[in-house]
Amino acid sequence: MGAQIRVYRQKIASTSSMGKIFKAMELIATSRIGKARSRVSASLPYARAITRAVSAVASQSEVDHPLTTEPEQIRRSAVLVMTSDRGLAGAYSVSAIKQAEALNELLHAEGKEVSTYIVGRKAQAYFDFRNREYARVWTGDTDAPKFDTAREIGEALLEAFNTPYEEGGVEEIHVVFTQFKSMVVQEPTVIRLLPLEVVEEEVAQESDLLPLYEYEPEPEQVLDALLPRYIESRIFAALLQSAASELAARQRAMKAAGDNANELIKKYTRLRNNARQAEITQELSEIVAGADALSA
Amino acid sequence: MAELEVEIVAADHFVWSGAAALVKARTSDGEIGVMPGHSPVLAILAGGELAITPTNGSRFTIQADGGFFSVDKDRVVIVADNAQMDESAAAGNR
Repeated sequence: MGAQIRVYRQKIASTSSMGKIFKAMELIATSRIGKARSRVSASLPYARAITRAVSAVASQSEVDHPLTTEPEQIRRSAVLVMTSDRGLAGAYSVSAIKQAEALNELLHAEGKEVSTYIVGRKAQAYFDFRNREYARVWTGDTDAPKFDTAREIGEALLEAFNTPYEEGGVEEIHVVFTQFKSMVVQEPTVIRLLPLEVVEEEVAQESDLLPLYEYEPEPEQVLDALLPRYIESRIFAALLQSAASELAARQRAMKAAGDNANELIKKYTRLRNNARQAEITQELSEIVAGADALSA
Repeated sequence: MAELEVEIVAADHFVWSGAAALVKARTSDGEIGVMPGHSPVLAILAGGELAITPTNGSRFTIQADGGFFSVDKDRVVIVADNAQMDESAAAGNR
């Protein structure tokens, strides 16, 4: 009987120390979300300016740029998957990977080859475990991405895009990332990065109308310089969204884990008390029985 | 007098915004000075110095590695890579 109490005590001790870890991780994630979200909003002015400029050039000048022209036939696509480096973030990485796999299947069904680019150790582990190939991987700063990483990714993807198919190049690029909608909703999302579809928006107000720009030097060169920046800014925005989602997912997962730990502690405490009471009762009845035996 | 509404942004942070009388920048073709009433322009920045003369306050410069800028209706948006405020110039009193 004593053994049983000891087992429960050990379980309570280990659960409560895990509970402390969950609590700490929850607090850390909570404090970082605010920062991640402010980074998302800090990147917005740049993204807005660049989007406006790109759509101005693309809609006003009849420039045939390789990045904006749809190839006749797409034979190979690149898929960039953004997951986290570390676990304990609930279903965050898994749902991003699932989304990527669904996209993979769709592309295969359309008869396209897929080359995968990975951000985050979790997706890397997923691919390594299944012995599947991937083109490149970036890890190390998924919870606080730097612009340099986005630039590196952008350069690698553009290089693959500018390589002809016969030499291993890709003809379209998709990005799978997790969109941060709110603290409770994060949605795995797929966007097609290249070739660009410049969306001509409905103009609601007179002031939204894009002016007729003069270009310096020429529209082609301006577009040449703008498009890679636009791509980088899109990738950076996706990285930042993913980071915010990762932290939110981690916070939620750790909150749930902490609650479960408390629940378990309560359950084990009851069981331990039960066992202790049973032990006392047994000892009592043994004493009484012993006394009866002596006096008889 | 009309004034320019200037906004300078870098990839991951906001650098400066305010009213200015003159913005001087270096493009791949040469220097360009923008004053109120300039026609719309979209140009590529060459690496180097941007000089801004605010309507109130002293002239200051910003170091940029490249980027682009657009002028439309007295609104100047400068998108610079790695923009660095020149501290000495910003603090200086010229």
